[in-house]
Formats: sequence, structure tokens, C-alpha cells
Amino acid sequence: MIRTTGLTRHYTRNKQTVEAVRGLDLEVAAGELVAFLGPNGAGKSTTLRMLTTLIAPTAGTAEVAGHDVVAERAAVRRAIGYVGQGNAAGHQYRGRDELMCQARAHGLSRRDARARTEQLLEAFDLAEHADRPVSQLSGGQRRRLDVAIGLVQEPRILFLDEPSTGLDPQNRVNLQEQVRRLNQELGTTIVLTTHYLEEADALAGRVVVIDHGRVIADDTATGLKSALGDLVSLELASPEAAHAAAQRADRIPGAQVVVTDDRVAVRAPYGREAAPALVAELAAAGTPVTRIEVVGPTLDDVFLDLTGRSLRESADHHETGAEDGATETRGEAA
Amino acid sequence: MTIQIQAGAPAAAAPSRREPVPSRPVGVLADIRNVFVRELQPVLRQPASVLFAMVQPLVFLGLFAPLLPDTGAGSALQWFVPGIVSMTALMSASFTGANLSEEIISGSFERLLVSPVRRSSLLVGKALRELVPLVLQTLIIVAVVTPFSFELHPAGVLAGIVVLVPFSVGLGALSLALAVAAKDQSWVFWTVQQTAIFPLLLLAGVLLPLDGAPGWLEAAADANPLKYVVDAERALFAGSFPVDTVGAGLAASVLVGALGLWVGVRTMNRAA
Repeated sequence: MIRTTGLTRHYTRNKQTVEAVRGLDLEVAAGELVAFLGPNGAGKSTTLRMLTTLIAPTAGTAEVAGHDVVAERAAVRRAIGYVGQGNAAGHQYRGRDELMCQARAHGLSRRDARARTEQLLEAFDLAEHADRPVSQLSGGQRRRLDVAIGLVQEPRILFLDEPSTGLDPQNRVNLQEQVRRLNQELGTTIVLTTHYLEEADALAGRVVVIDHGRVIADDTATGLKSALGDLVSLELASPEAAHAAAQRADRIPGAQVVVTDDRVAVRAPYGREAAPALVAELAAAGTPVTRIEVVGPTLDDVFLDLTGRSLRESADHHETGAEDGATETRGEAA
Repeated sequence: MTIQIQAGAPAAAAPSRREPVPSRPVGVLADIRNVFVRELQPVLRQPASVLFAMVQPLVFLGLFAPLLPDTGAGSALQWFVPGIVSMTALMSASFTGANLSEEIISGSFERLLVSPVRRSSLLVGKALRELVPLVLQTLIIVAVVTPFSFELHPAGVLAGIVVLVPFSVGLGALSLALAVAAKDQSWVFWTVQQTAIFPLLLLAGVLLPLDGAPGWLEAAADANPLKYVVDAERALFAGSFPVDTVGAGLAASVLVGALGLWVGVRTMNRAA
């Protein structure tokens, strides 16, 4: 459904060349639900803007729904749905009018456009707000309208740029639910960008971690996390017992062991599977475990492991990124 | 170990599949019409919005026109009203980019850029919107002044509107192009718009006649297309039809129209 080779985008800002996206090779199959995860300025939105024909690549190629994003822009635009960072519906307009307009732009006859508009208003629970100016709708209602507009022609592929930024937790969950249903029930291919770890974790079958314009990891959320391994924290009766326990724990394949006083921290792939045996073994050896805690890795741990930075911190502190200035400001303001 | 059996095909979960949505490529004219219809919606829902661009012209009409002496040819109002109609067209068309700036900031413009609508249709459809305020505003002004010392020539007024159409559309297109070019700094839009408006007005003789202007000013005015448009409007509103004056006005108007659409389409094609 998507294939990119060496996809690259440079910007010139204040006479400096910013390499927003550097040689991205990516393939997304039909029916996948993919999240581009990374801090602001990592190049996720720039990638999305190239895939949706908004900006042309500096180098490399991309094919979306079988069409080149530069040479066959019109065909790509007909095939895709797009939910940007801003609102799809103009604030002075009304939801129903905007849906009609989008449907007509996709070549639906007046009758079909009207039917499709009503269908979408119903599906997104917007019917009673459809004739109010968009500026009077709540954030959640506007976002639902954005998605509805993106789905007007029932696209085979839907792009969402930071879809849940600025939404309260409940609306965020609702949106995620809609996206998941769309993917499962209609088989729509979905590509979204996010800097929310929870969102990538909860939603996407596949997470593409992007940092400094490159893909630094590409796997399922589970795959990414199990590669890093679980954290098993043990407490023992004494520092000596802890020392003995650490030596046994060190035999677990791939384990990294840290001892602090009477505590042992073991980070190991399949750590939670290894923990029961370790506990039994230590009890048998006369140095029983007094307390145990097993914590699965979060995607933030994965990001930290890959880049040496926490994604939460980068998301909070990254003000001026490599991405398009307008996009950036909008992202912040939304 | 649990064995979970998942339905491979989504057919079971999906509520019996409907007909696919019948989308298809759209012709250029239908494309333009779609954009034009969308542009009219805020105007039709809030007709009072056309008054916004009329505030300044109406102030001049109320507070400046009474200061003008009657001319040999007729009342001061008779001379002043065609200029005010032109001024309103100028204001209204040059403001139109502000709506686009708002759409650029809110995100709806981006959605249209990703939609199948052609960039050129986007520009032309938006620029054609100017027709509506042009007609409404002209009718309002004429209605306001007719009870006073203004002699109404309906055919002349209609012809005057026709002459203004290409000018309005072209200027609207330039204003849209400016909004697209200044998308990262919206203050640029207002600075350029305000800087351009007043020299154009003064050099067209809208407020005061240009008779007896110093040579350099006269030369500058001669290069101003709005001057020819205003001269044509004055002749038509007076009920006369001097072919050379009206022809020159129409030519200047068409020139602005063509230039505006050309610049507008080029700028829009590069919009991201």
C-alpha cells in the first residue's frame, strides 16, 4: 500500500539546511495499522506530508496506493483520506456543508453525496451538530468531523497526523476506538503519527520509531518491548544474600544485573518467564526473596534504550524541531 | 496456553457491506463550482459579513462626500459614488485573502490541498466569490444614495458592475496569493494589503480629482489600472457611454483580472 525508497526531505531555514527526513525506506502492506512514533521534530509529520502529496521529496521516491506521490499526485489524492493536525472543516462553515463539499470534490453525485454525508454524520454521532458553525463545536466533535471528512470516499488508506493531540483522555480513547474499528471492520490501511507512547502501544499493530529523520526501530509494540526485556526487581534479606542472588540471576540469558544494597535489578528478555524459577532456586539455596516486582518495559524504555533519551522529555522540551514551522506551531497550539 | 481463534476475514464483523462509495474524477468546471459554492456558504449564512469591507467606504461617503463642491457636470455625490463603489470593490477583494489565512491556520485549507480539487480550481473558485459581495455592496451603496442628490441610471450601474467584475476577481486572486505566500507570518498579509490599498485609491482619483496634479503624480496615476476603471464607472453611473473611456476601463480591469489569476494560480500550485 505504501512503499518508499530513500525518501528524503531537506528544509532551508535561516540559511541552514535541516535534514528533516533522511533516506527513509519503508513498506506498509494493505490492512496494516502503523504508528510513526517519535518526538516533535523527528520527521514524522514531514514524512506524512510527503506521502500525502503536500510536499515533494528532496530525494527518493514514494508510492501510495500504487501511485507515485510526485508524478501521480492526483491519483494519490483520490485514493487517500487525510486527517491533518488542524481541523478539516473551516471554522466559519457547517459540518454538513463541509462533508457535502468533500464528497462532491471526490465526484459523488449530489444524491450520493447527500446519502454519504448523512451516513457519516450518523456513524460519528454528529447529526445534531451538523448545522452549527464548526467554531461552536467542542474539540472532540470537531475531531470526529475531521475524521468523517477524511473518510468521505471510503479511502483504502487513511493518514492521521497527531490525531489525538489536544483531546481530553475520553475523546482520545473514543478516537482510538474508531480508528481501530475502521482498520478491523473495513480493512482500511491506517498510518498515524503520534508522540504519545500509550497511543502507539494501545492502537498500532506496528510501531515505526523515528528519530532525527531516520527509522530507528520498526516492529510490533510487543516485539519492541520484548526485545528490551522485563525488569525483575528482587529484595533479599541482606546485601550478602543479594550478592549471591545477583550471581544466579546473571545466568539468565541476556540479563543485565545491578545490585544496590539488598536489592537486585535484573533486566532480561523473557524476564517474567525466568522469574519463578529464579525465586525457587534462591529459596532452595537458602537466600529467599522477600519481595519481587516484575515490570514490563514501556515504549518509553524502548525509546530510551534506542536513543539514550526519554521520549517524554524530548516531547516536552523539543520546541523548535526540524519539521515545517507552520506544522510545528499548529501542533503546539492545538 | 490458550488457543484463540480469530476470524480471518472481516466480513463476519462488518455490518453487511454496502455498495462502495461511488467516487470518480471531477471535471474542471465542476471542480471550480464546488469551490465557489463552498465559498458562498459563509456569505449566505451571514450576509452581514459583506458589510465589513464597506465600513471605510461608507465613512468616506458620509463624512467626506459632504465636503466636496458640486462639479459643473452635476452633484458632488454623482461624481463621488462611482469612486466609492470602486473603493468598496477594492477593499472587499483585497480582504479576501484574510479568510484564506484563517483557513490556513485552522487546517481546512490543508484538507482541500490533499483532496482531489485542482489547485487552479481552488484559486479560481475562491476568486470568483468576489462577484457576490461586489453586486450586493454596489446595490447597497446605490440604494443608500439614491434618496439624496444622486441620479440613478440602472443600466449604467449594471454596466459599471460588469466592468468591475474582472478587476475584483483578479484582485481577489492576488489577495489569495498573498495569503498563501505569507502563510507563516499572517502580519505580512495585512502589512502588504494596507500598504498597497491607499496609494491605489489616491492615484485613482477616488477621493479627489486628479486634475491639475503635478506631472510625476499624473504619470503615477496613469500607470494605475484602477484610475481607468474609476473613470469608466463615473461615465457609466452618469448614464453616458463614451466608448474610449469605458473601453479603457474594461481593458484595465481585464488586465488586472488576467494578471491576478495568473499569479494566483502559480502561487497556489506551489502551496503546501
